[in-house]
Amino acid sequence: MPDKKKTTIVLFSGDYDKAMAAYIIANGAAAYDHEVTIFHTFWGLNALRKENQVPVKKGLMEKMFGKMMPRGTDKMGLSKMNFLGMGPKMIKKIMKKHNAMPLPQLVEMAREQDIKLIACTMTMDLLGLQKEELLDGIEYAGVGAYIGDAEDGNVDLFI
Amino acid sequence: MEIAKVLDATGLACPMPIVRAKKTMETIGTGEILEIHTTDEGSKSDLTAWAKSGGHELLEQTKEDQVFKFWIKKA
Repeated sequence: MPDKKKTTIVLFSGDYDKAMAAYIIANGAAAYDHEVTIFHTFWGLNALRKENQVPVKKGLMEKMFGKMMPRGTDKMGLSKMNFLGMGPKMIKKIMKKHNAMPLPQLVEMAREQDIKLIACTMTMDLLGLQKEELLDGIEYAGVGAYIGDAEDGNVDLFI
Repeated sequence: MEIAKVLDATGLACPMPIVRAKKTMETIGTGEILEIHTTDEGSKSDLTAWAKSGGHELLEQTKEDQVFKFWIKKA
C-alpha cells in the first residue's frame, strides 16, 4: 500500500467560525483517508480546553488569561459580527436549521477519525494553560514536530 | 446492478456526506457497489472528487426529487 497522504493544519485562531472551518477541512481530509494533524497554537489552544474549570496552581496573570479566554469551542466568539455574544447564538440557530454540525461535535468527530490533535507547549506557557485543563488524549509538541509532519504533507493550512 | 449497501446521507451538511461515505465504504468489499443519497448541493462535486481520489468508480449519478443519488464501485 502506498503511503497515506497528509493534511496538516495550524489552528491559530480562537474564533468559532475559523475553528469550524479548520475542523470541517480536517474531517473532510480524514474522509479522504489522509493522515491529519491539527496543531493548536495561541488562541487556537482554547479549542482544546475542557468546559469545566480545572483547579490548577497559577499566577495572577495566568489566572486572568484563563478567565478571559473561552473554555472550549462552544464558548468561542465569531471573528465577524460577534455582537457581544449574540452572533454565536444566532449562527448556532441557523446552523441547526441547515443541519450543519456544531463545532464541539466536529471536534468529537475529529477524534473518532483519529485526527492528531496537538497542543503547542510554548504558547500554552504564554497563555498559562496547563495540561490538566486541556482535553485528554491529545499530544504536546512544538514547531519541530509540526514541520516533521508538514514537510512531506500534501495539504497545509494556517487558520 | 447489485447494491451492497445504501447510505442515506440526506439532510446532512458538509463534511458529513463524505465522512459517512468513507465509513460505509470500509464495510463493503472490493468491487461491491455503494448507493448514496444526499441533499446537500455541494455533495455532488464532493462525492465525485472523493470517489476519484480513492480510485473508486462512480458508475452513475442522478437527481430525483431534490435527492442526489450516487452509485460507487469500491476499488
